[in-house]
Amino acid sequence: MAVQALDAARLPVDWAKLVQKLALATALFVVAYGVVPAYASGYLVEAILLPFLALSLAAVGLNLLTGYCGQLSLGSSAFMAVGAFGAYNFNLRVEGLPLAVTMILAGISAAGFGVVFGLPSLRLRGFYLAVSTLAAQFFVQWALTKFGWFSNDNPSGVISAPHLAVAGLSLDSATGRYLLSVTTVMVLTALVWRLVNSATGRNFIAVRDNETAARVIGVPVLRTKLLAFAISSFIIGIAGVLWAFTYLRTVEPAGFNLDRSFQILFIILIGGLASIRGAFLGAAFIVVLPLFLSRLGAFLFGGLFDSGVLDMSQRIVLGALIIIFLIAEPSGLSALFDRLKRRIGSRSS
Amino acid sequence: MIGASLGAAAYERASEISAILAVANPVGDRRLARLSSRPDVVLALSGIGISFGGVKALSDVDLEVEVGEIRAVIGPNGAGKSSLINIISGLYHADRGRIAIGGQSFSRVPASRLARLGVARTFQNLALFGGLSVRNNIACGRVHTRRASFVEHIAGLPRARSEDAGIAEKTDQIVAFLHLESVADRLVATLPYGLQKRVELARALVAEPKLLLLDEPMAGMTATEKAEMAGFVRAARDRHGVTIILIEHDIGVVMGLSDRVAVLDYGRKIADGTPAEVRADPAVIRAYIGTAEGENGEDIR
Repeated sequence: MAVQALDAARLPVDWAKLVQKLALATALFVVAYGVVPAYASGYLVEAILLPFLALSLAAVGLNLLTGYCGQLSLGSSAFMAVGAFGAYNFNLRVEGLPLAVTMILAGISAAGFGVVFGLPSLRLRGFYLAVSTLAAQFFVQWALTKFGWFSNDNPSGVISAPHLAVAGLSLDSATGRYLLSVTTVMVLTALVWRLVNSATGRNFIAVRDNETAARVIGVPVLRTKLLAFAISSFIIGIAGVLWAFTYLRTVEPAGFNLDRSFQILFIILIGGLASIRGAFLGAAFIVVLPLFLSRLGAFLFGGLFDSGVLDMSQRIVLGALIIIFLIAEPSGLSALFDRLKRRIGSRSS
Repeated sequence: MIGASLGAAAYERASEISAILAVANPVGDRRLARLSSRPDVVLALSGIGISFGGVKALSDVDLEVEVGEIRAVIGPNGAGKSSLINIISGLYHADRGRIAIGGQSFSRVPASRLARLGVARTFQNLALFGGLSVRNNIACGRVHTRRASFVEHIAGLPRARSEDAGIAEKTDQIVAFLHLESVADRLVATLPYGLQKRVELARALVAEPKLLLLDEPMAGMTATEKAEMAGFVRAARDRHGVTIILIEHDIGVVMGLSDRVAVLDYGRKIADGTPAEVRADPAVIRAYIGTAEGENGEDIR
């Protein structure tokens, strides 16, 4: 009881802030479960929201590992593939497995995989670790193409999403898939938020900021790193399930190539390292950028701006933006967002 | 995960065994056994030697530290002071010699078990967690007492909550003890240097160690900050009963603060005794005057 009294004394409840937070949460729920399913067009859901949600979740997962625990990884796309092909096989080979269980098992497969490919982190760091996670990238793509079993002997290794249903309710429509996706992302993000604000999350940051000091004060450094790899891969694996089942519906191993790993890394670099909100801002940016560029290009250059030019210009713009962010705002969109909020706040008061 | 920790354990064992084989100093071992069985000796070093690429940083250093004393280790630049503290905390592994901490004898101190052995330390160059607040940095100092798993943390189960509450209470006490209340919720990286040094002391003290190793806690401070820090070090000993090994450049501070002083020069211990004895020792005067003229103008008095 004394402790509670102490806590209350230390943290006076800021009612205005609490109300503001509640209002924000309510608005989020109303938009996610009311406005979007009721009003969003099929195009908005299929082409923007579904990839946005899957990539956001993958970025949240990678941010846990790279942003919070400081372990650079280029294997995200491999862990997504393990999740996607894992879920496909669990669903195919186990009769009547509920969708939620399938997804959790897929996440656990990805986690086990992440731990194996995280082992080099016990000895390597930074650039060298990143290169060793490339092994995961190439190994997974090779194994999925080489062994037909993973894709149920499909000649080109392609898998198709199974019928999606929760408690007998079909989720195969665009809205259904959106609801599955948004619920998964919200639940996992809430869990990650709890984690990074707990003692475990602080161990991640301690290992990132000063590994020697962390070891000396008793942080189990090896276990902490492997735990970061496991949890991060679990989340990225489930993001892979969403990517394959709710967004693309049919996917081949080549869809999970190194480009995708880089894309997720760019999301957290642009959005902001060690920031959950940054993962969402970065993913939104990455998803909307090509659409924006194609509209802008068509407007400026008309027919000259074909898909090849679009692809090229997208890479150039993205590359330039990453350089600019790394130099001018290493904390990413998330920090920009904070600054904007403060400026608006100070002007209105 | 299990395979990895087994592998790591085997690796550590192997190096331990080879280190034991490398020791061939039965006289020193007997002396160490005698010392480490004495309850009033917190730390005993016997015949410690280490070299880096052929350069002997320490050779044949003996040191014993008694309960509740402030034990200074001084010496000119490059005398091996920091190497000594890194060997005690397991960051360096001595080529020869043994270390007894609270009755347990090691040829290589396991750094990852240091906190549980009751040893905490600070670093010569700050080693704080820049991305955490002052309070969370300090709370990390008690991480070795935590048992709850990450699942218990996420779910907010009773064990995780009671650990958090217990650690928050201890953290608050140390924050008050070192007068850090006004900055407790700031990111540690935004604090001035002197305060960061103090946060590092707080992170070490919150572990409630039996033995505290301070590696130049006053380096780079102003005279006022030094006096303040010296006050905190003395108060930590008087109030918490912690035994302290203090490595310091500033001889004036050391002489006033410590109970016994050991002097290193070129990796050898050249004097050991009360501040008055050390001050009168001709070997010390020679070593210090030699560097005082040559390098950084330090004065023993």
